Amino acid sequence: MSQVETFYEVMRKQGITRRSFMKYCSLTASALGLGPAFVPKIAHAMETKPRTPVIWVNGLECTCCSESFIRGAHPLAKDVVLSMISLDYSHTLMAAAGHAAEAALEDTIQKYKGNYILAVEGNPPLNEDGMFCIVGGKPFVEQLRHAAKDAKAIISWGACASYGCVQAASPNPTRATPVHKVITDKPIIKVPGCPPIAEVMTGVITYMLTFDRLPELDRQGRPAMFYGQRIHDKCYRRPHFDAGQFVEAWDDENARKGYCLYKMGCKGPTTYNACSTVRWNEGTSFPIQSGHGCIGCSEDGFWDQGSFYDRLTNIKAFGVEANADQVGLTATGVVGGGVAVHAAISALKRAQKKTQAKVEG
Amino acid sequence: MATATSDVHAHGVAPEDLATVSRQTSVYVYEAPMRIWHWVNALAIVVLCLTGYFIGSPPPSAQIGEAAEQFVFGYIRFAHFAAGWVLAIGFLGRIYWAFFGNHHARQLFYVPFWRAAYWKEVLVEIRWYLFLEREPKKYVGHNPLAQLAMFFFITLGVSFMIVTGMALYAEGAQEGSLAHDLFGWVHGFTWNSQRLHTLHHLGMWWILTFMIIHIYVAIREDIMSRQSIVSTMISGHRTFKDDRDD
Repeated sequence: MSQVETFYEVMRKQGITRRSFMKYCSLTASALGLGPAFVPKIAHAMETKPRTPVIWVNGLECTCCSESFIRGAHPLAKDVVLSMISLDYSHTLMAAAGHAAEAALEDTIQKYKGNYILAVEGNPPLNEDGMFCIVGGKPFVEQLRHAAKDAKAIISWGACASYGCVQAASPNPTRATPVHKVITDKPIIKVPGCPPIAEVMTGVITYMLTFDRLPELDRQGRPAMFYGQRIHDKCYRRPHFDAGQFVEAWDDENARKGYCLYKMGCKGPTTYNACSTVRWNEGTSFPIQSGHGCIGCSEDGFWDQGSFYDRLTNIKAFGVEANADQVGLTATGVVGGGVAVHAAISALKRAQKKTQAKVEG
Repeated sequence: MATATSDVHAHGVAPEDLATVSRQTSVYVYEAPMRIWHWVNALAIVVLCLTGYFIGSPPPSAQIGEAAEQFVFGYIRFAHFAAGWVLAIGFLGRIYWAFFGNHHARQLFYVPFWRAAYWKEVLVEIRWYLFLEREPKKYVGHNPLAQLAMFFFITLGVSFMIVTGMALYAEGAQEGSLAHDLFGWVHGFTWNSQRLHTLHHLGMWWILTFMIIHIYVAIREDIMSRQSIVSTMISGHRTFKDDRDD
């Protein structure tokens, strides 16, 4: 590993022609929403820059991020992306195991101090000193802190690393904690989703390699180019929403006509992601297109926002589940009833006072 | 209090009317901008509650024509946003008037929290509503209990609805819009905007609860207290039914 190869060298070695390479550069540029002027820039970066070492660690997770990542089409993950970055450590994808794997991790940390990217899939549980997730014989939180110390930047893959996801859902028995609440002194880029879209994952990495900086982030630390807009605002069923045409029940006539899934609890209006534009599996489809509402998997605490099939969130209090309307109706009912009773008593009192006045007068 | 016929300077006085004759003191309390704001605000809130409820739970699907030919939910949302802007700008105007209007224009925006006498009078007012006082005190402006309710339901309630509402509006208006620049920060507190939607929705019920109490109490006080209430918000004049001291 004395001389790190450039991306271009690696690609040529794998039998990719220059023509294919240039095609890849222009596809990447368009995937990132960049103009044609950026194609030679990307090509130049690929030809001259040494591959950036990436350490990919896994905490409490389900590996759906890795599964999604290896299905990236633009840029193609299969050969190109896995060579583009120098993926020096990844449980799931590396050939080495056991001590050899751990040695590779140490090697990369030592060699590229301050220059490698740490990609985190999953999150560390903090309860019981982190004993709920053990990697290489030690709590995952220790590996995370150790690897983060000398990292240039951290990518939080998926809802787990970004927000906590299902293992952090109430009551969160293991105290699974998103990465940004454990590592506070490094630039962290959140790429939420369960999993994130493959092209979004590879796109983020490509951007960071090409421009040597983090992409523009939104308020929550997500790349604005993919998480800047709501699913709802780019949804192809939006005209039915504005028209007031909704699916009223699964499998009704409106569902067959492809009406808006708002009433079926679609979380598109509160979810920021690129599903309705980039779509999934090489742009084949996305949840709403397949007839099911968005469940808001790339949003903070999406497991705790009530049913996937309700627009109004359940509010849990005193062990009783209710939504805002039930709470409100109860409140207005109580107040309305109180008012009615109060009015009746007031009327009686007044009548009494009048008779009294008459008697006294 | 009953006076001779000659004292009633009006036409059509029947002899039996004389028993109800009283001399009334009248004070000009609510200036025109206040009254206009009150009614515009009330109308905006009614529109906001109705359309807001429908945004949370849409009416049955409309089948007027092709999706391109109808805009039912769009109009509902438009009405909500338009009324929201009216409410917000009206509230700004109301704050302006607190500075430049008369003394009573300021009562909405504070609670004399540290004045013991104030809380004593709140207690008297509560006792009046619990039928424990024979008669209420007279006030030119809001009574102390009303002031407290106005502050929590309207000043804080409407502020909350404007801030959360504008933040939700900013989602549709998107980054770079005025609403987003001014209120986008609110999302930093809730992150998942589904939470903000729920809070905004609960806020509607908070204000609806106030509406019920407000209308009931205004009418009740108009009948049972020693002063005018409802007409005061129309004419601006507070009239007192007796000249006795409290």
